[in-house]
Amino acid sequence: MRTRDDAPVTTTAPRGSGAVSAGRGSGGPAPRRATIAARTLRTDRWWVQPLVTVVVLLLFIAYSTFRAFQNAYYSAEPYISPFYSPCITTRCEGDSFPEFFTGPAWISPAIYILVLPLGIRLTCYYYRKAYYRSFWLSPPACAVAEPHRRYTGETRFPLVGQNVHRYFLYAALLFNVILFYEAVRGFRDETGEWGHMGLGTLILLVNAVMLFLYSVSCHSCRHIVGGRLNSFSKHPLRYRAWTLVSRLNARHMQYAWISLFTVAFADFYVFLLATGTITDLRFF
Amino acid sequence: MTYDATFRVWRGDASGGDLQTFTVPVNEGEVVLDVVHRLQSTQAGDLAVRWNCKAGKCGSCSAEINGRPRLMCMTRMSSFAEDETVTLTPLRTFPVVRDLVTDVSYNYEKAAQIPAFTPRPRDPDGNHRMQQVDVERSQEFRKCIECYLCQDTCHVIRDHEENKRAFAGPRFLIRLAELDMHPLDTTDRRNAAQEEFGLGYCNITKCCTEVCPEGIHLTDNGIIPLKERVVDRRFDPLTWLGSRIGRRPRS
Repeated sequence: MRTRDDAPVTTTAPRGSGAVSAGRGSGGPAPRRATIAARTLRTDRWWVQPLVTVVVLLLFIAYSTFRAFQNAYYSAEPYISPFYSPCITTRCEGDSFPEFFTGPAWISPAIYILVLPLGIRLTCYYYRKAYYRSFWLSPPACAVAEPHRRYTGETRFPLVGQNVHRYFLYAALLFNVILFYEAVRGFRDETGEWGHMGLGTLILLVNAVMLFLYSVSCHSCRHIVGGRLNSFSKHPLRYRAWTLVSRLNARHMQYAWISLFTVAFADFYVFLLATGTITDLRFF
Repeated sequence: MTYDATFRVWRGDASGGDLQTFTVPVNEGEVVLDVVHRLQSTQAGDLAVRWNCKAGKCGSCSAEINGRPRLMCMTRMSSFAEDETVTLTPLRTFPVVRDLVTDVSYNYEKAAQIPAFTPRPRDPDGNHRMQQVDVERSQEFRKCIECYLCQDTCHVIRDHEENKRAFAGPRFLIRLAELDMHPLDTTDRRNAAQEEFGLGYCNITKCCTEVCPEGIHLTDNGIIPLKERVVDRRFDPLTWLGSRIGRRPRS
């Protein structure tokens, strides 16, 4: 006959008691939980999504790092790669805006600016989910035990710094304006004459739009435009803005991925033009 | 159409247990809970299972089905292949009482700690007035049936029992968000959300949203907005400056 434990139920284990993951950790289940040794009993291919995320993000990181340090082939008049825009040193190739200072020749102009786009992606609520799951395995998938013995989340340095996301958003919005500016400059030909358009113009324009949608669909943006209010009825314009951003926010993940591809593709297109591999398809 | 399904059911209590295999007839249109009841009535009369409404509204029959936190009454047998073994275990985050029944009192303890709704004074005619548009956000969270699947799947406590002291879990973070967004409520819960209920532990991996049978967007509509409110209060120097010069309320 099964015996029942009549001791009072304690739902929290004392610190240092050795309480561990239900299926992993240092070797056994937490006190009083069902004794199930398996890390997970999921039967679906839960590992596919984190694996795909790792592969795609690593490919992007490898490509963007190479291009950022390459310090060449980022300008093909009238286009400039988004990795180098705004090109803020006087050492920039081509006609760029603005030029604030002259840095050492061995430092790529991209290095000065990429920390800001990198910052918004690193602290983005969507990407946090993606890389916590796929790189840090915390957890790798729902109801799959993580391998870490301790977990403090975003309560301590450095991860408490994720709370600065809104400042990267402000910077990203500034970059969005500059990228639209550069896309509009694409309506020139290679001699600087206005009233022309090529495939590069379209690519830069689509990239600027997708990056803008990624920025304004962000959760911080949603909060700032109206989410922080408790009485929408007293702020009808901000309520409308919040409603619009909320609609975009529902697709934030899609914009995050699409804009990642468009920015890499826009850079690659400029690279192909700058190296002379292809010539720009001119529409008019 | 009837077929025989293979079920592996965890049987035991806090002192130990294991997965036992059963072959159970399944009829067309049935859900997992129907099969568990058949198992109980024909082969395992002492199988402990908690259930009530069989309609996905009481939140009683939470369990893990093939490793995924789900309601047994809302999981159709047609979602499995006929030759697929269905594995049933109790919620792995909470202490087991017996078989598929767990002790979820952790959740009630956390619920009791949340500062209660504190409305502003009534209008001169004795009524509380608010616009529908102001409470719509909070109403999404009122759909919660307290099945605690979100609590079960949350790795912060599922994989780290020691975090139960400091972390209230997604169900109660959205309760805090619900109250903090409420147009009539006057209590500032932002510091408490961070300090007492462990909002910072959440790394927004969205498993709570994935398992919610009511389709509540816990992360996007509750936890992240609450995190942003805490940023306003604790991490944003511009908001802090605004409160110093009187452009924003200090609370």
